[in-house]
Amino acid sequence: MSFLEIRKVTKRYGTQTVLNDVSASIDRGEFVCILGPSGCGKTTLLRIIAGLETADAGQVFIDRMECTFLPPSKRDFGIVFQSYALFPNMTVRENIMFGLRQKKEMTQAVREKKVHEMLDLVEMGEHCGKYPRQLSGGQQQRTAIARALALSPSYLLLDEPLSALDAKVRAKLRAEIRALQRKIGITTIMVTHDQEEALTMADRIMVMNRAVIEQVGKPGEIYNKPQTRFVADFIGSMNFYGDGGKTRGIRPEKIRVVGMADDHNVRARVREVEFKGAFTRIYSVALNTADEFFVDVPSDRVDSMKLGRDSTLCLQIPDEHTVCYSIAG
Amino acid sequence: MTRYSLRRRLVRFSAAHFGVLFFVLAAFTVVFILPLLSLFSQAFTNDAGVWAGLANYKRYFSSPALSVSVWNTVHISLLTTLFSTTLGFFYAYAVTRTAIPGKKIFTYAALLPIFIPTVVQALGLVYIFGRQGIITQLGFDISLYGRNGIVIAETIYTFPSAFLLFYTAFQFVDGRLYEVCNVMGVKPLKCFFHVTLPEMKYAIVNAVFVCFTLAFTDFGAPKVIGGNYNVLATDVYKQVAGQFNMSMGAVVGTLLLIPAVLSFIVGRFISTHNSGAMSAKTTALTIKENRLRDMLYFILCAAVSASFLFLVAALCVGAFTAFYPYDMSFTLKYFTFTESRGGLQAFFNSISMSALTAFFGTVFVFLAAYMIEKTDGYGLLTKYGKLLSLLPLAVPGMVIGISYIFFFNSPANPLNFIYGTVAILVLSNIVHYFSVPYLTAAGAFKKLDKEFEIVAESMKIPRWQTFFRVSIPLSANAVAEVAMYLFVNSMVTVSALVFLFSADFKIAAVAITHMEEAGENSQAAAMSILIIIVNIIVRALYELVIKFNKHKQSARESM
Repeated sequence: MSFLEIRKVTKRYGTQTVLNDVSASIDRGEFVCILGPSGCGKTTLLRIIAGLETADAGQVFIDRMECTFLPPSKRDFGIVFQSYALFPNMTVRENIMFGLRQKKEMTQAVREKKVHEMLDLVEMGEHCGKYPRQLSGGQQQRTAIARALALSPSYLLLDEPLSALDAKVRAKLRAEIRALQRKIGITTIMVTHDQEEALTMADRIMVMNRAVIEQVGKPGEIYNKPQTRFVADFIGSMNFYGDGGKTRGIRPEKIRVVGMADDHNVRARVREVEFKGAFTRIYSVALNTADEFFVDVPSDRVDSMKLGRDSTLCLQIPDEHTVCYSIAG
Repeated sequence: MTRYSLRRRLVRFSAAHFGVLFFVLAAFTVVFILPLLSLFSQAFTNDAGVWAGLANYKRYFSSPALSVSVWNTVHISLLTTLFSTTLGFFYAYAVTRTAIPGKKIFTYAALLPIFIPTVVQALGLVYIFGRQGIITQLGFDISLYGRNGIVIAETIYTFPSAFLLFYTAFQFVDGRLYEVCNVMGVKPLKCFFHVTLPEMKYAIVNAVFVCFTLAFTDFGAPKVIGGNYNVLATDVYKQVAGQFNMSMGAVVGTLLLIPAVLSFIVGRFISTHNSGAMSAKTTALTIKENRLRDMLYFILCAAVSASFLFLVAALCVGAFTAFYPYDMSFTLKYFTFTESRGGLQAFFNSISMSALTAFFGTVFVFLAAYMIEKTDGYGLLTKYGKLLSLLPLAVPGMVIGISYIFFFNSPANPLNFIYGTVAILVLSNIVHYFSVPYLTAAGAFKKLDKEFEIVAESMKIPRWQTFFRVSIPLSANAVAEVAMYLFVNSMVTVSALVFLFSADFKIAAVAITHMEEAGENSQAAAMSILIIIVNIIVRALYELVIKFNKHKQSARESM
């Protein structure tokens, strides 16, 4: 049995079903991201794992024990929120110490040692006397993580922990959190709506949409073999086109722009050229089927192609990179 | 499946939370709802305690000597409301929308009447407009005793409430609306009628009801300068304390409830409909230069503040002169109070009663607010708590006072032992002034991050520790505000206490009415000055605490 098992969990708010017969399992030491658009039920799933909400039906097992009806205080987890929720009237050190002081079996010296250890872990030692408002967003988030880990919980829950930070800090913290998680090997469940975050950080991703889990898999699997049209569309970009009553999809960077047209190639007219930095996206319309294709080409190659609006080009679509969906729409 | 859903419900159930919540609500029911019920049962039974239906009311309205008070009370309340809201509106406009100098001083001056018991406001008026008043001696007799005096006193009394409502409302009007008006070339007067008034409509309605209710139920001023002009509040007192006619007192008490309950309903309606406007982000208004406008508003503010100060000055004249108006030499002899009126002890009693009220009231208010606002999953109990916490707004002090007599003085009541002690005074004050502090506390708690509790729970920190180590420290300003509010109001109130104080434990505000009744105006004035000084000191302490907290907070935010 895996570390965490969710069996056929259903949750409704009034007439709205937020989780519809959801099952999932997470192994010990895994970093799992629950990814989905807002309103898909991902936060509710996290709250059920934390015990902040209780399922209307179904069961939750953590570490082989059924804890469907266990309140949060009886479960053994640390939690970090987007808002950090650091106690503003306590210093960094006091925030971390607050939970430790409840452990009556610990001596003060042991507690101090633990705080020190945590401060080192998140590299906040020099800021330990500061109050939360004196810290940058990234520092606040690191403090929140240290506080969540101080009691050595058996799993860690992260609720959109990076969403409030600016892009640079976010990228840096992603790597930091991942490295930290590997180092202490704690089972971690992170909720996010940011696909890039999920792809870079997770061991496995659960993609949720409309109260169900659409696909579970390693980041590479999710990206390369999206099982549903929703997953394909939500993660990265995907061209969809008709192929004999079926819908096929291909990633824009997998399409090749070639000089010569043969039977397998698609001739298309350029509609728009959009410079995006490292690569350039070319929007085009197939001449024979009117399917739309957008293609990502490294920007340094685009200049030599001499592309402009309404010029025609040849697209090669490698079969091995296409995904097929029987149901269109 | 039913077992499943039962277990599901019990997840968030905690015997400790439930116990505390239940205790808080039960206690409040006993000291608030049960006394009110006993008031109603008095109103609907005869002297023998038999159900009498509306007989008492019929008797009341068929005796013109009694029922004339109803119309008198409506009359003075309407006039007071008119004067008070008009003055309050323009005064608030002046300090928020014009460029007059001294706005801060004017704002504080507007609040001065809060620190003064209404009996003292009335006493001050006696020194100014009474038979030997300062102005009367100059040849202007406004025939103070009766309607005129009551209306003036009630206008002073209700002015701060009206002012504060408008003051807050003006600050919430979006300055950009006026910039748009300006850009579109709308004339200022048109702008006033089409932007200012619509934005202020809820505040105006609210102020009208609040002022009307306050004037309708006040006891202090009509007691001192009402003369033969009977109003309901003085009638209750006469029926209960003078003639021991309990049923008739109860009848009049229920009449006092009517505008208060109406006002309560209107207030609830407004606060549910107006909440959107309060949370919207607004831009402060840039005040344009207009010297004529500023001059007119400055005169208004100066006149109002000066009259408040004049009132206090008149009291000082009364307290510090040997025998006003005949011997104007300075003396302190009136500060050695006659023992039969409670002496200086009454003053100290007032302080200790107010301190007790502030302490226990603050504890109870924050406990109740936390239990009611921050725990969910107790459905009906929480809803009942919310209703209970606001209901005291609808119950005037006089009504609480007589309800307490009916309820606690009954020998069958096991709580009878608190009757005649300081405990019943403190209790009635806490109930009387519960709602405003409750809203302050609930508001402070609502501002706190909901996730504090979740994080604390995940760290296995007991709820009470989160309450004391996080919620309360972060609401320190609200704690100070609530304590200050309870203290100041307990110092000045007479309405409920006039029924409940005992000969062994006299209090200052009631002692003033007795001194005044006995013609010892100078002593009354002296006692008044002591009350005002204490209240101003407490207010100043409060401002210091706020300043200190602000300082501490900015130290925590500086990099």
